[in-house]
Amino acid sequence: MNETVKPHLKKHLKIMLAVVVGMFAFCFALVPLYNVFCKVTGLNGKTAATAQIPVAASKVDTNRDVTVELLTTLNESISTEFTGKDKKITLHPGEYVTTSYRVKNLTNKPMVVQAIPSVTPGLAAKHVNKIECFCFVHQPLKPLEEKEFRLVFTVDPAIPEKFHTLTLSYTLFDVTEKI
Amino acid sequence: MDVSNTVTSHDHAHDHHDHGPAKGLMRWVYTTNHKDIGSMYLWFSFAMFLFAGSLAMIIRAELFRPGEQLVNPEFFNQMTTLHGLIMVFGAVMPAFVGLANWMIPIMIGAPDMALPRLNNWSFWILPVAFSILISTLFMKGSAPNFGWTFYAPLSTTYGPPSTDFFIFAVHMMGISSILGAINVIATILNMRAPGMTLMKMPIFVWTWLITAFLLIAVMPVLAGCVTMMLTDRHFGTSFFNAAGGGDPVMFQHVFWFFGHPEVYIMILPAFGIISQILPTFTRKQLFGYASMVYATCSIALLSFVVWAHHMFTTGMPLAGELFFMYTTMLIAVPTGVKVFNWVATMWQGAITFETPMLFTLAFIFLFTFGGFSGLMLAITPADFQYQDTYFVVAHFHYVLVPGAVFSIMAAAYYWLPKWTGHYYSETLGKTHFWLSFISINVTFFPMHFLGLAGMPRRVPDYALQFADFNQIVSVGGFVFGLSQIFFLYIVIKTIRGGKKATNLVWENAEGLEWTLSSPPPYHSFTTPPVIK
Repeated sequence: MNETVKPHLKKHLKIMLAVVVGMFAFCFALVPLYNVFCKVTGLNGKTAATAQIPVAASKVDTNRDVTVELLTTLNESISTEFTGKDKKITLHPGEYVTTSYRVKNLTNKPMVVQAIPSVTPGLAAKHVNKIECFCFVHQPLKPLEEKEFRLVFTVDPAIPEKFHTLTLSYTLFDVTEKI
Repeated sequence: MDVSNTVTSHDHAHDHHDHGPAKGLMRWVYTTNHKDIGSMYLWFSFAMFLFAGSLAMIIRAELFRPGEQLVNPEFFNQMTTLHGLIMVFGAVMPAFVGLANWMIPIMIGAPDMALPRLNNWSFWILPVAFSILISTLFMKGSAPNFGWTFYAPLSTTYGPPSTDFFIFAVHMMGISSILGAINVIATILNMRAPGMTLMKMPIFVWTWLITAFLLIAVMPVLAGCVTMMLTDRHFGTSFFNAAGGGDPVMFQHVFWFFGHPEVYIMILPAFGIISQILPTFTRKQLFGYASMVYATCSIALLSFVVWAHHMFTTGMPLAGELFFMYTTMLIAVPTGVKVFNWVATMWQGAITFETPMLFTLAFIFLFTFGGFSGLMLAITPADFQYQDTYFVVAHFHYVLVPGAVFSIMAAAYYWLPKWTGHYYSETLGKTHFWLSFISINVTFFPMHFLGLAGMPRRVPDYALQFADFNQIVSVGGFVFGLSQIFFLYIVIKTIRGGKKATNLVWENAEGLEWTLSSPPPYHSFTTPPVIK
């Protein structure tokens, strides 16, 4: 076939290949984009992955209460016990509270676990302020070892008035093979 | 094979420089001819349609009565998964690519596709991809059983070993679709006859151009999505695994970012076919050509900002749900423009009811109906009730079967005399239409009631109160399935013989394809026609 019939073919092909490669890359770019978007808006109920700057004691809002319900969940077939000391804590926004969780390895093998937090309603997640949490790092457990972990947190006084009750849930994952 | 022989003799009679098709079976392996490849796409698609249809028959047989009847629940899940995957990627999409291959060059006055060798490759990837996918049925463990949407973690943490074959097959289908789409765009942009400006192109060519852009934009996203699944399964990444800092909900975002434009990939070419057939049998020009083009573009653009309407119940904040609800409803506007234009085309037309026209009318009526249930699903608070029920199954089958599939059948009847040189039997065609039309409604209409009454989708068993409607649905399904074997018979009969078709075929047909002989010469337009 005569090439003059298709004068722009090469240019078109280059553009289309660039679109295909670009969209494949965009699919992977969606992952950090999604995480940034969720961090800014708090859409998926994730709390910060590291300790946050403490709220100043002078900022405690004593005029209202927020109730935080604490849940523990075991993922899949992980062989541990996982319980929290408190089922429910009522606090003034800005007031720091301490609670603890108990994890026991029920197997006779060493295990590494990771707790993943999730807050409902999702939009309140960015107001949950933790200065100490066992969920920040992997937690190694010896065979049949039982450990007690501390959680120190508050709810930021900036939290909108409409939130009275939050649920802070921890799911325990076995990450022994992942690391 | 008879078709090819007629074409050969015709070629030699007219142009001794021109080579006809090669002899023997290897012709089909080596061919770079757009008609050969188009025919192979159509036959492949029909084979997959019958195969995935027979999986649906197993589903309907199991659901004929409550309780476990024929297959165990694990096998049932494999049936729903493979039925969906093969119908979407193996039946509907290749059928449209086949029509594009056959019709676009002869509609725009080109001798062939712009990249014929690439065309050969993009077809031959498909049988390999689907052999791999279907072979998972015979693998140890189980075939993919997580639904055609393959949500993580069902397909990552809990997926059977055959999931890796599924991932590989999806990669290959994606490559095939992308290559096909690149070829379509290259052909349309470079090979039009002199004088055929973009706004003089037949509307089917326009809708395919837009579809091809959608394909090259979203098939790479699907490829990326299954690649993430693969690395999550075997290479220690945690894209969709919360334990490693990933998020399973993100899977749904990535999947539906591909998935919603995919829905329009399966319906935009159908809009083109309907807009092509309707003027012929109403003996009028298509009403609002330019608005049809702009409406198609708007639908394609909007399809990128509505994906999360598939995920209303995943716990999105109110603002997100409102955004996706309104953008979804906005799509009803350009779609409404199209339906309005079709009705206006028919207005005061001299309508005759040949088989392609019957399928076209059924399309307009039933696709609109399916669109309305789509609007119901778009209402966020109502969607919480409908989510994952048979109402959703009824909705998407109404837009895909009497929508996409009927348009393909309309196209087959409309162009069959052009392709084969023989008229099909109008009596048989009409019988096929009425059997399909009645049985499709018997199959899918009661599903709305089942869904509203609370029957969940993808279940092998159900509560007793759903028994009567499920029985009706199953009977409708069996009749529809058998009617398609009848369609196969009609097509083969037409290829083998029948009343000789004229060049024009239909009384009032317009477009370049009708200026060629029936069947057209092996190389379509060796000298480009000039468009006024």
